[in-house]
Amino acid sequence: MVLYLVPFAAAVIFIIAVVVRALKIRSLPIHLRWELYPVAHEKNARYGGSFFEHVDWWKKPRESSMAGELGVMIPEILLLKGVHEHNRSLWWRSFPFHFGLYVLAGFVALLLVGALAMAADVEVGPRAHGLGLVLHWLTLIAGVGGCALLALGSLALLVRRLSDPVLREYSAVADFLNLVLFLAAAGVTLAAWATADRDFFWLRGFFYGVVTFHFESGVPFPPLVVAEIVLGSVLLAYIPLTHMSHFFTKYFMWHDIRWDDKVNEKGGKMDARIKELLGQKVSWSAPHIQGEGKKSWLDVATEEVTKK
Amino acid sequence: MSRPIPFCDFCTPSEQLAHVDPKDLPPLPPPYDKWEEKPWTPLSQTARTEREATLDDTLAVGVPKPKNKQEEDELVAAFLRGLDKLFTSENNWTFLHPLMLSMEHCARCQTCSEACHTFVESGRNEVYRPAFRSEILRRLYHQRRSGGGLLSRWQRGGIELNWTTVSRLLELSYRCNLCRRCAQTCPIGVDNGLISREIRKLFSQELGIAAKEIHEKGSMLQLRVGSSTGMNSLVVKDNLEFIDEDMTTKTGLPVKTPWDVQGADILLMHNAGEILAWPENPGAFGIILDAAGVKWTLSSEAVAYDAINYGLWYDDVQYARVLIKHVQAAAKLGVKKVIMGECGHAHKAMMVIGNRVVPADMAVPVESTLPYIESLVDGGKLKLDPKRNDFAVTLHDPCNVVRLMGIVEPQRRILRKLAPKFREMEPHGVDNYCCGGGSGFAIMSGNNFGEWRTRIASRRKFRQILEAFQDDLDPKHPKYVCAPCSNCKGAIRDVLKYYEAEERVGIHYGGLVELIVNAMTDAKPGFLEFSAA
Ligand code: SF4
Ligand code: SF4
Repeated sequence: MVLYLVPFAAAVIFIIAVVVRALKIRSLPIHLRWELYPVAHEKNARYGGSFFEHVDWWKKPRESSMAGELGVMIPEILLLKGVHEHNRSLWWRSFPFHFGLYVLAGFVALLLVGALAMAADVEVGPRAHGLGLVLHWLTLIAGVGGCALLALGSLALLVRRLSDPVLREYSAVADFLNLVLFLAAAGVTLAAWATADRDFFWLRGFFYGVVTFHFESGVPFPPLVVAEIVLGSVLLAYIPLTHMSHFFTKYFMWHDIRWDDKVNEKGGKMDARIKELLGQKVSWSAPHIQGEGKKSWLDVATEEVTKK
Repeated sequence: MSRPIPFCDFCTPSEQLAHVDPKDLPPLPPPYDKWEEKPWTPLSQTARTEREATLDDTLAVGVPKPKNKQEEDELVAAFLRGLDKLFTSENNWTFLHPLMLSMEHCARCQTCSEACHTFVESGRNEVYRPAFRSEILRRLYHQRRSGGGLLSRWQRGGIELNWTTVSRLLELSYRCNLCRRCAQTCPIGVDNGLISREIRKLFSQELGIAAKEIHEKGSMLQLRVGSSTGMNSLVVKDNLEFIDEDMTTKTGLPVKTPWDVQGADILLMHNAGEILAWPENPGAFGIILDAAGVKWTLSSEAVAYDAINYGLWYDDVQYARVLIKHVQAAAKLGVKKVIMGECGHAHKAMMVIGNRVVPADMAVPVESTLPYIESLVDGGKLKLDPKRNDFAVTLHDPCNVVRLMGIVEPQRRILRKLAPKFREMEPHGVDNYCCGGGSGFAIMSGNNFGEWRTRIASRRKFRQILEAFQDDLDPKHPKYVCAPCSNCKGAIRDVLKYYEAEERVGIHYGGLVELIVNAMTDAKPGFLEFSAA
């Protein structure tokens, strides 16, 4: 029973941390435009062109392509295209690490589907037929493959962080421990599979308990299976609390900053918001400003500086 | 493998933290492969004793040394107040969002390092690594936010806060061109250029400390007198009259700059530095606009006859002040649109950043000269003969216009049409390298900063220029670097001069409109004069 609480708690922490972080980012005020080309939704993103390339650009309809954004985002997220292009030696280490995590997310999803299938009286395992057999093999490949990639990637990243003097100097203790945690989680899962759970029978059984709310299996889980569940849960809760939350904040970095070329137009929501922001009080103290919390942005921007 | 500068060394007082040995500067292409790099011109004794000059071989801001420990502590306390303000919405709504994300998410993977021309061309001197200054601010910020406990050090890494840290960080923020090439390569989207700017801003807006060329002699002078060149409205008009006469003599075409024409089709805004340093540029604009029959005007309103807006590089308040004056002048004349002349940062200030500073009902449409001039070239009213431009031409992409605004093709289409020997630099377009003059460096040359800029920050641009012309290094054959931006021209002028590139290789530089006038068949030939040819 207690074991079931761990992933539940982790999932709750994960969701809360992601939501809180996303809301915090969303609640930040509109910033001044700071786009960086190529802007993926632009028609001429191929060479980095923008609407500013046209005479009377404000009279032309703005063409924005969602497909363009996805075309950049998907290879970037799945294949780490940027790292491949700009830091190939890191990519060999970072790609297996990240891709391993994606495969493991798929592994968890497959375990859940397998558990649901079991709840619907479908047998899942090496001796099953049809869907049950497919699920078994997919789960096996995703679990073992994902863990192998993650273990390899985290070990390679750890070695690099320790051996490269620049990376070592820039790293905090947590950066090393994070990698150790990933390596441990992947290693323990592989060990559990190799010694006690060759068909992920126990792990799927655990998820069966989750989806059917049967939290007493009757037979105790093997210790390595318990360890993999605990470590996996710890990781799940921990990631969004750290800078590794870039797995989703990257969306904001790209979509809301690098590619944010929205034009402030008369009567629009943005315009109203900007007017509000200009009314905020400024407390910068330099002699040429002396806001001291009394002057608004509009005041300091429109005052004459002749005597300052 | 390079040895990093330990963060604890950054905070420990010493005579000089970093030194670039000229022998470590990467060799340049022929004919400079055998060029003997001289030692640095040393900083004067006065600069060393009276100013905080312990970062590297040069000095950009040169803040005076505090007189005693108490003064030091006061400055550190002011820095901390500024740091707090930098992360509040009231004081920094303008950039809080991107700044916060850049503070939180760096993986310290160093992917960005190789993208930075300053870092690479300094012989990979660790002090110029793009993530170095960002990491210092990041550690200070997290320490401040969490109270500096063990957990914060464990999670984010620690750093000691003292006057050495603060004064070096200030100088270090002026070793970055804000070109944001590094940000393009960051897999997470962290922007080291933005962080440099925010550090400068903290110092300027809270402590009133900034490089004097961009603050005192820059935006302040512009706001007081009308232009950072010191020219008032009368002097500008006089100078333009002189340029008009000169252009008329030179081309045989009548040119008369119109001032303050109510309801004109376009209000043209020049970087006033052009008028003094490169008069043929505003002159060429006049020739083209008159020949194309455009109803155009300049504004003689103080501040508006100078398109520069140095606040873009260091101070949001100064930036907004100048922007508002520019917008008001355009609105007052009731022009159909504003055309930004060949000045990159002025483009970005008015067209991109300004878009969310001025309420939309005040705004006047602003367009870049590049598509606009292209429309005139294509419009059929100018008679052009590309054979007049029968020399090698390469194009420099000003970061502000290209990487940061996406105006890539119009200027190329013009060159493909009018310069038969046009060839690209590599890389180019949005992947270009900064000229080394970005973020104010082009106008900063106090102490030996000009030399540092030329030999380190502009080195990659010089390398690219040389590579583009490797097919013919004969100095008798003129070559032209087309740089449609005043600050870029300033930096390119200095690097060409330092390496005697005109005499040795026949490399000249100038803007885009000059090339167009050079191709105009109605004008006397030889608008561009190549003295060494
Ligand atoms: S800024 Fe980006 S590329 Fe540079 S070290 Fe940080 S995460 Fe890596
Ligand atoms: S913004 Fe440009 S100059 Fe500054 S660190 Fe990045 S690449 Fe280097």
